[in-house]
Amino acid sequence: MKGYSAGGVLSAVVKGRGGVSVSHSKNTQDCKIVRMPPPEKVVLPMQQHIGAPCEPLVKIGDEVKVGQIIADTDKFVSAPIHSSVSGKVTAIGEVKLANGSIAKAVTIESDGEMTMFEGLEPPKVENAQDLIKAARASGLVGLGGAGFPAHVKLALMPNENIDTLIVNAAECEPYITVDYRECMENSANIIKGVVTLKKYLGFKKVVIAVEDNKPQAINLLNKQIKDIAGGDKDINIMALKSKYPQGAEKVMIQSVTGRKVPPGKLPSDVGCVLMNVASVAFIQRYIETGKPLVSRSVTVDGSAIHTPKNVRVPIGTSINDIIEFCGGFKAEPFKIISGGPMMGAAIVGTDIPLLKQNNAILAFAEGTFKVKPERDCIRCGRCAQVCPMSLMPTLIARYAKSKEADKLTDTGVMVCMECGSCAYVCPAGLPLVQHMLLAKSVIREAGAKK
Amino acid sequence: MSVNKKLTVSASPHVRSPHTATGIMLDVIIALIPALIAAIVIFGTQVLLVTIVCVGTAVLSEYLCRKVMKRHQTIGDLSAVVTGLLLAFNLPVSIPLWIAAIGSIIAIVVVKQMFGGIGQNFVNPALAARIILLVSFPAKMTTWTLDGVTTATPLASLKSGAVDKTALPSMVDMLIGQHGGCLGEVCSAALILGGIYLIVRKVISPAIPLSYIGTVAVLMLIAGKFSLEFTAYQLLSGGLLIGAIFMATDYTTSPVSFKGKIIFGIGCGLITAAIRIFGGYPEGVSFSIIIMNILVPHIERLTTAKPFGTPKKDKKAEKEAAKA
Repeated sequence: MKGYSAGGVLSAVVKGRGGVSVSHSKNTQDCKIVRMPPPEKVVLPMQQHIGAPCEPLVKIGDEVKVGQIIADTDKFVSAPIHSSVSGKVTAIGEVKLANGSIAKAVTIESDGEMTMFEGLEPPKVENAQDLIKAARASGLVGLGGAGFPAHVKLALMPNENIDTLIVNAAECEPYITVDYRECMENSANIIKGVVTLKKYLGFKKVVIAVEDNKPQAINLLNKQIKDIAGGDKDINIMALKSKYPQGAEKVMIQSVTGRKVPPGKLPSDVGCVLMNVASVAFIQRYIETGKPLVSRSVTVDGSAIHTPKNVRVPIGTSINDIIEFCGGFKAEPFKIISGGPMMGAAIVGTDIPLLKQNNAILAFAEGTFKVKPERDCIRCGRCAQVCPMSLMPTLIARYAKSKEADKLTDTGVMVCMECGSCAYVCPAGLPLVQHMLLAKSVIREAGAKK
Repeated sequence: MSVNKKLTVSASPHVRSPHTATGIMLDVIIALIPALIAAIVIFGTQVLLVTIVCVGTAVLSEYLCRKVMKRHQTIGDLSAVVTGLLLAFNLPVSIPLWIAAIGSIIAIVVVKQMFGGIGQNFVNPALAARIILLVSFPAKMTTWTLDGVTTATPLASLKSGAVDKTALPSMVDMLIGQHGGCLGEVCSAALILGGIYLIVRKVISPAIPLSYIGTVAVLMLIAGKFSLEFTAYQLLSGGLLIGAIFMATDYTTSPVSFKGKIIFGIGCGLITAAIRIFGGYPEGVSFSIIIMNILVPHIERLTTAKPFGTPKKDKKAEKEAAKA
């Protein structure tokens, strides 16, 4: 018994290969999302998405309000940035981001009032083009972590070759519970968003995919489909096996539709568009209120955090302020991760702004995770068994060390999504993800030389 | 409290499974213990002496080897202990201890460390050592004693054609190990128990043992003119069980993919049956596994899975995509 009533809940079309069972550690799953008071200042980097960076539209000394556009670009693959507080622009300079890169950023000192910008109005949405335009204007990027501008995906529609919208609520990374909370607290918005997207963009089918360790979310969403979507038979919930990385794009498309995205191709090539569940709920909220993406929910958890919480935070708030809001540290932090423990990035300090696509801040005390000493590969093959992309990680590691670009190309390492399953299971404690990254750079270098 | 010390920055994943190489080797050792106890009961305390000499020499050789080669120490991973145990299990109880020690030195120094240590050897160290001992000391390696009396192995009895049923041990004796043979191979029940433990603990996949034993079973059924008794003797005697469960499943010298494992198992089965039926030796497990070990790189090349979504293999999705 999985705990959800099977009525109307689909099960996976294909059980994909590989994957690992990681301890879920969803400690904050019952923590309602709480709103954080406005911070003293926010730092808004011009690069909070995949694509072209924005250019500031404000100058030092300008008064700005919540939701006011402060940066944009005319490049297509990008997303505008809005002020997340009301106050004054005090600096335009460079900041270090969680991944170590340097980006231009606008610093806004908050007046604590959170006054809304007067010009915000619900967009008029009557057709696909309106909806795509609205998605861009909202500043939405993939909230699940990738940060891909939402309007770019949606602009593919309407398209007779794309039939399925997959709403990703798998949340397979341990610890993170914001998508689950979104399902529990904003289920109506999610389903309304699904109905809107389906109506204007012409998807034939919508599947909301949730891991089966979240039966309450599955039941609630299933009920809302009946209530809100009038039991539309082409909108369905699918319960997927809880295994990491179930939420990875290619893995999820295979589980939901049975289709495999070929190497180097996109979901749209197999007729799918994938969106994070919080992104769908946000689009609906934007259409109803006209309030752009100025805040997001993050899970704050880990053995060094005093009071783990799910927090609604203005974009650009420093990670330090967010941790302070959660009672600070209860133990000396040893490692702080932006994102989940499987794919998140360990950060060098807490004076880093929260970006649109960050879904978790995890701080751990020393000794929380056992560090395996690095030993010799015993060729047990566990890495190959768990690889969801059917790769041979140890073989790739060997060729990467000897920098054999041709052999590496044959291994298909470019389809590796660095999910970390191989390194997770490796009994020899080998840093296989780094080897994969090295392998990719060897191929790129060789390609550049040619 | 705030961030005082420098934070640790390392690449993802930040969590690791609890499995370690040492833990896996420990599981193999645990799985071998029933057979060891059975051997002591059947052949007496000399078994312990042979085992201690084999394991001790193996660990010492590995320690000295790494020291001389100025490499990091690897005796902690317990793989040398496993090699020593497996070698001991493949020797007759009457083996002079100095020969047992030489076997361990060959296994560790020549077969394992000279090729780079754990994960690098191309054949199973314990088996290669056993074969070298077999051709170097043929008489001492094939003297089987049981209760102080020299006896033939059931396979040798079957081979010599003396299928006089009184010359063969009963089926119960075959299971509990009351018959001639190497000290670790005789007690079928203990070996099967160990095998089940390894499969339950997910240390080994059942693919190799089942395809190996299955192939031998089918071929022996045919060779024995569908005599179930003959087939059962073939399966329970000689090194088939210990070979299929503990030696053919050695990670380093067997294929990684499921398909590769099946091919490897069937190959081992074919060669074992061929040697037993047509060969000069009554037993063929060691040779067949070693021959298949050598073929592993080729099996790997043929069976390595194509990266996810690679076309050709995926006609169905292509068709669907074309339709959609």
